Amino acid sequence: MTLERPDRADPYLDLDEYEPEADLMVLNFGPQHPSTHGVFRVVMYLDGETIVKAVPYAGYLHRGVEKLCEKLTYAQITPIVDKNDYVAPMFNEQAVNMAFEALTGTEVPIRAQYIRTIVGEIQRVASHLLWLGTFAMDLGGAIGGGTSVFMWCFREREMILDLFEHLTGCRFHYNTHTLGGNRHDIPAGWAEKVHATLGHIAQRVDEYEAILDHPIFKARTEGVGVISAQLALDLGLTGPLLRASGVDHDLRRDAPYNIYDQLDVQVMTDTGGDCAARYRVRVREMRESIRIARALVDNVPPGPICGTKPIKLPVQTRVKDGQVYVALETPRGELGTYVIGGGDNRNASPYRLKIRPPSLHALSALPYVLPGHGVSDAVAILGSLDPIMGEADR
Amino acid sequence: MNPWLHAVLYSLVLVTVLMTCTAYATWLERKVAGRMQSRLGPTRVGFAGLLQPIADALKLLQKEDIVPLAADRALFNLAPPLTVFFALATAAVIPFSPGLLASDLDIGALYVLALSGLMVFPVWIGSWASNNKYALLGGMRAVAQGISYEIPLLLSVTIVILMADTMSLSGIVQVQADEGWFIARPFGLGLATFALFFVAALAEGNRIPFDTPEAESELVAGPTTEYTGMKFGLFYMAEYLHSIIVAGLGAALFLGGWDGPIAPGLHWMVLKTLGLWMVMLWARWTFLRFRTDQMMTLCWRYLVPASLGLLMAAAVWVHAVHGVS
Repeated sequence: MTLERPDRADPYLDLDEYEPEADLMVLNFGPQHPSTHGVFRVVMYLDGETIVKAVPYAGYLHRGVEKLCEKLTYAQITPIVDKNDYVAPMFNEQAVNMAFEALTGTEVPIRAQYIRTIVGEIQRVASHLLWLGTFAMDLGGAIGGGTSVFMWCFREREMILDLFEHLTGCRFHYNTHTLGGNRHDIPAGWAEKVHATLGHIAQRVDEYEAILDHPIFKARTEGVGVISAQLALDLGLTGPLLRASGVDHDLRRDAPYNIYDQLDVQVMTDTGGDCAARYRVRVREMRESIRIARALVDNVPPGPICGTKPIKLPVQTRVKDGQVYVALETPRGELGTYVIGGGDNRNASPYRLKIRPPSLHALSALPYVLPGHGVSDAVAILGSLDPIMGEADR
Repeated sequence: MNPWLHAVLYSLVLVTVLMTCTAYATWLERKVAGRMQSRLGPTRVGFAGLLQPIADALKLLQKEDIVPLAADRALFNLAPPLTVFFALATAAVIPFSPGLLASDLDIGALYVLALSGLMVFPVWIGSWASNNKYALLGGMRAVAQGISYEIPLLLSVTIVILMADTMSLSGIVQVQADEGWFIARPFGLGLATFALFFVAALAEGNRIPFDTPEAESELVAGPTTEYTGMKFGLFYMAEYLHSIIVAGLGAALFLGGWDGPIAPGLHWMVLKTLGLWMVMLWARWTFLRFRTDQMMTLCWRYLVPASLGLLMAAAVWVHAVHGVS
């Protein structure tokens, strides 16, 4: 059977024309599989090696974070949501704190906004580096050339973790954002360290681009997993996925928060919507983030870094009601936080907290994109979506 | 010496040496790969991790031997020793130095290719007997790839046979010692043939960038998914043995085998084999993986026509130099 690749494959393809036993092999891809980026499961109906239908199942990493947040005070929520998108924790804590600030009407000092922007951009580089490494490993195998790129990318990411360790004392789950600002001020010598590290990484990114500029990488990514602009918009894809499909959309420019309204953020778009386009967009974004962070780090204005006094937090955050939705641009797209105030704990915790994870929306593209591709392409496509299951499943 | 006694003694020595080489090939690969990835590789067991292969083997021997309930037990157990057997048997005709080879078969080149072609069988047997979907997919890929790349491999060796006018591997090396290495044949003929041979050999041995049957990121471990402990170890060993022997074969067919100045022949042969093997390793830790259909395209659309063209060019050249014999 030859299967065309229509722009929109029907994810609810009627399989009645097949006798499942005779014609199709049902491959249970995951949740325990090397390439599912955590615990994610896709049931693939294979005709030979061609995917006829793919049904994704998320939820294996569900931890009940949103429910848990209803029982915690605003200050306690920050370290919990760190674990959602465990590749870019800075954005998680920033997202919930921005929502709480909007809810309580807390002003964030300009210095804290600068610090948030800088750590966000550096975190974006780290996240994209990790993506590049794992994507190469998906294409090149756990024992082989892919691992080399993976190791190199992790080497550079490690330097960024060192930067954050210098800033916050933690390498990964920072808990540095707080209601009304940041906990940790920029230490002496940090700006120089940022310049040195990011300058080094910028060179390395050129190297990775050079080493991945070879026929095998192109053959594996070009024309693979095309997401049309319309499909991307329909599914609510955001971030690099949307931009790779040719839609010029970036919350940093279109709905600026922090100090992004004063910055000239270059939005990287690409046409094609295939894995290669998503790769190019992310690599360009790394350079852009490096540029932004390096430009900002020398110009951080003096002043306080937190608008609230930590000791009085429950008193200051007493909110009876009100609801707010705040979105920010993470490496994976629009991370939205929807909060209804006025929960337990003397009104110092939310009544309901809903997180809109970009990864979950990205995974929803799989049933549309996978049919017509082989198992090898499925791995490449899944990798190019950059899903983080901790965030998708919460 | 009695030829039978010679064969038995030599085989014993050869198997021992090759097994040791295989074990230390894993150590070398891990060291080199580590350096390529700015790591150290094994350092813990023994000086510079030199005892690591022994520790690995001991670990594999201790592992629980799991046979899936739905597996075909007899075939499942047959596949791992069979794959090592085929890999080892190939080594019998590799000439390590003028007098150092187990058996100087008149059809040595054909024998090597026939046995390496048989390597597909244990892989397929194992993958089918595992009764696992990933293993099945891996096995299908292995068979398709092994059979397809057998053709350019065979044709490139045919060119060598044509130029050497003999099928005996020691004879081929002797011709190169007398007339110059085949890789240096004029008009790029030798080099092109060597490149063809090398690519086909990489693919036939399931090495990256052609390791689609194993494809850890797609098929978990391909045909060996269900294998545990030393059975998996045997597959692993066979893969390394095969790659070393293919490197040795390349050295014998194209790089003049034991031919070289000053040092004894064995040194040159080992050096060339190691060199070729390192190139395979270098490719393995640099390249990404092809897709199965892209590999088939590469083989049938480019390599097979190219090898046929080269064969004709070589025939014309041999005719021009030697005339009709």
